[in-house]
Amino acid sequence: MENKAIICKDLTKKFGDFYAVNKVSFDVAKGEIFGFLGANGAGKTTVMRILCGLSYPSSGEATVAGFNVYNQQESIKKNIGYMSQKFSLYENLTVLENIEFFGGIYGVSRKEIKERANKLVEYLGLQNETKKLVGGLPLGWKQKLAFSVAIFHRPEIVFLDEPTGGVDPVTRRQFWDMIYEAAASGITIFVTTHYMDEAEYCNRISIMVDGRLEALDAPGNLKNRFSANSMDEVFYRLARKAVRSDD
Amino acid sequence: MKQLFVFIRKEFYHVFRDPRTLLIMFGLPLAQIILFGFALTSEVKNAEIVISDNSKDIQTVQITNKMKASTYFTVHEASMDIKEVEKMFQQGKIKCAVIFPADFSSDLVRSGKAQVQFIADGSDPNTAKTIINYLSSIITDYQQSVYPASSLPYRIIPETRMLYNEEGNGSLNYIPGVMALILMIVCTTLTSVSIVKEKELGTMEVLLVSPFNPVRVLISKAVPYLILSLLNFVFILLLSVFLLHVEIKGSLLLLFMETALFILTSLSIGLLISNTTSSQQTALLISNMGLMLPTLVFTGFLIPLENMPWILQVFANVIPAKWYFIIIKSVMLKGLGFQYVWKETAILVGMTLVLLMISLKNFKTRLE
Repeated sequence: MENKAIICKDLTKKFGDFYAVNKVSFDVAKGEIFGFLGANGAGKTTVMRILCGLSYPSSGEATVAGFNVYNQQESIKKNIGYMSQKFSLYENLTVLENIEFFGGIYGVSRKEIKERANKLVEYLGLQNETKKLVGGLPLGWKQKLAFSVAIFHRPEIVFLDEPTGGVDPVTRRQFWDMIYEAAASGITIFVTTHYMDEAEYCNRISIMVDGRLEALDAPGNLKNRFSANSMDEVFYRLARKAVRSDD
Repeated sequence: MKQLFVFIRKEFYHVFRDPRTLLIMFGLPLAQIILFGFALTSEVKNAEIVISDNSKDIQTVQITNKMKASTYFTVHEASMDIKEVEKMFQQGKIKCAVIFPADFSSDLVRSGKAQVQFIADGSDPNTAKTIINYLSSIITDYQQSVYPASSLPYRIIPETRMLYNEEGNGSLNYIPGVMALILMIVCTTLTSVSIVKEKELGTMEVLLVSPFNPVRVLISKAVPYLILSLLNFVFILLLSVFLLHVEIKGSLLLLFMETALFILTSLSIGLLISNTTSSQQTALLISNMGLMLPTLVFTGFLIPLENMPWILQVFANVIPAKWYFIIIKSVMLKGLGFQYVWKETAILVGMTLVLLMISLKNFKTRLE
């Protein structure tokens, strides 16, 4: 219990007669990189919205960072970071202003923001770009900056919704290096992706099909169980059973 | 509180870095003031008229001189027959012709009755009427100065005054209308677009996941535009006072309070629009087409409401700008106090509350 960042038990979300999420149970350990896979419309986004405190489940239990998704949404929000497939920084704000803004709305003190921002900029090698508008940076840098901003307030868990969409393979690799570093520093990573090579980077992955959790294990174990050569094959075998196709 | 400040500062960055926003904010009032103040005035200045004096004696010369002295007309003198006059009308060279018949003076002296003919270009009825009115009043003036004690048993002399606007300054009616129009457009368009933009870019998602309360997102979005709109209001006031020589008769404080209220009304409409749309284009279209036209038509500053069919008159009541227009006219031009505009103020307060309630409720349910 102590070392679990996320616990879900029989989590269900119904829209009318439609089960978007059907009795999903899993838990994520602290500092784990947890891959959350599934075809479009399988219910990933709905689970993620519930865990981020944007939506209530219809039934079942879930806690995030030790807080209940039913009545402690505000506490959850303070302890998580979020980055989505859509680019999530302000293009007409400078690098530094973006950092200051997101640090600010998470209630990080000004002094802290300054110190951490200096380190961050140095870490990303953006020393000469701090006063440049983010809109002018290459996509890879933007993406790395967006991730750094998402964990700037030192959350316990960070939710990454297809964070590497549209990014070239080299930058994706660098991006995953950053994820590993963040995980090593104790931040739990909850990541959705459509890239199966990325799934291999995760400690454990889960695959959702039609609102149900069909598989949950380390990538290697899953490949063994399905006697498949790659995650691609595992995913394909599970996902093609799907009746639902899209949102 | 500190978070709110951080957010508001961010909004100001957005505004000041977007030339289009600044252009809409301060370019629009400038353009409209110039347009409505100078180009669209209903008054007639330097209208070309021709005087054909076939009598040529002391009375007609005196009357002609009076007409020449007026700034309303540019007078040409020519003796011509009706055919030539018509030709000049057809070529659009003149707006009006004044014709003194040959026996004008003798008639006047002998029988005390004389006739003068005004022919105006009726294809532009408003201008024609105005010119005829001016000319008639010059003739009446002349008559009274020459024969002060009339021998008639009784006389009715209408003494007309343009109350609150003695010099007939045509800009007066437009200024409150332009104010209503600009504040409406600026507040609703800019707020709705700025919120919808965040939805489009995906930053709204990030904000909603943050501990920053959604209601405070709305507040932080509204505050910068409230401040900028008040600045804008001062800008319009300065333009009207110094450029169009409009005198502000009422209390400035009251004017400010009422304007702040109207800005709030417009902001709530902007919030409502942003809740119901998810693309900037739609938001822009709704706030511009859906609001600009009704505001122009139903405020009563371009088209008198009294002339509309009753159903449209009833409809005009739901347009907030109509009430603001009445308030500003009363306070700014007539110098009236709050006791004369409290009803209109109450209506605006009511509208604002209803709009705010709907948009807040909408915002919350959308989150679910």
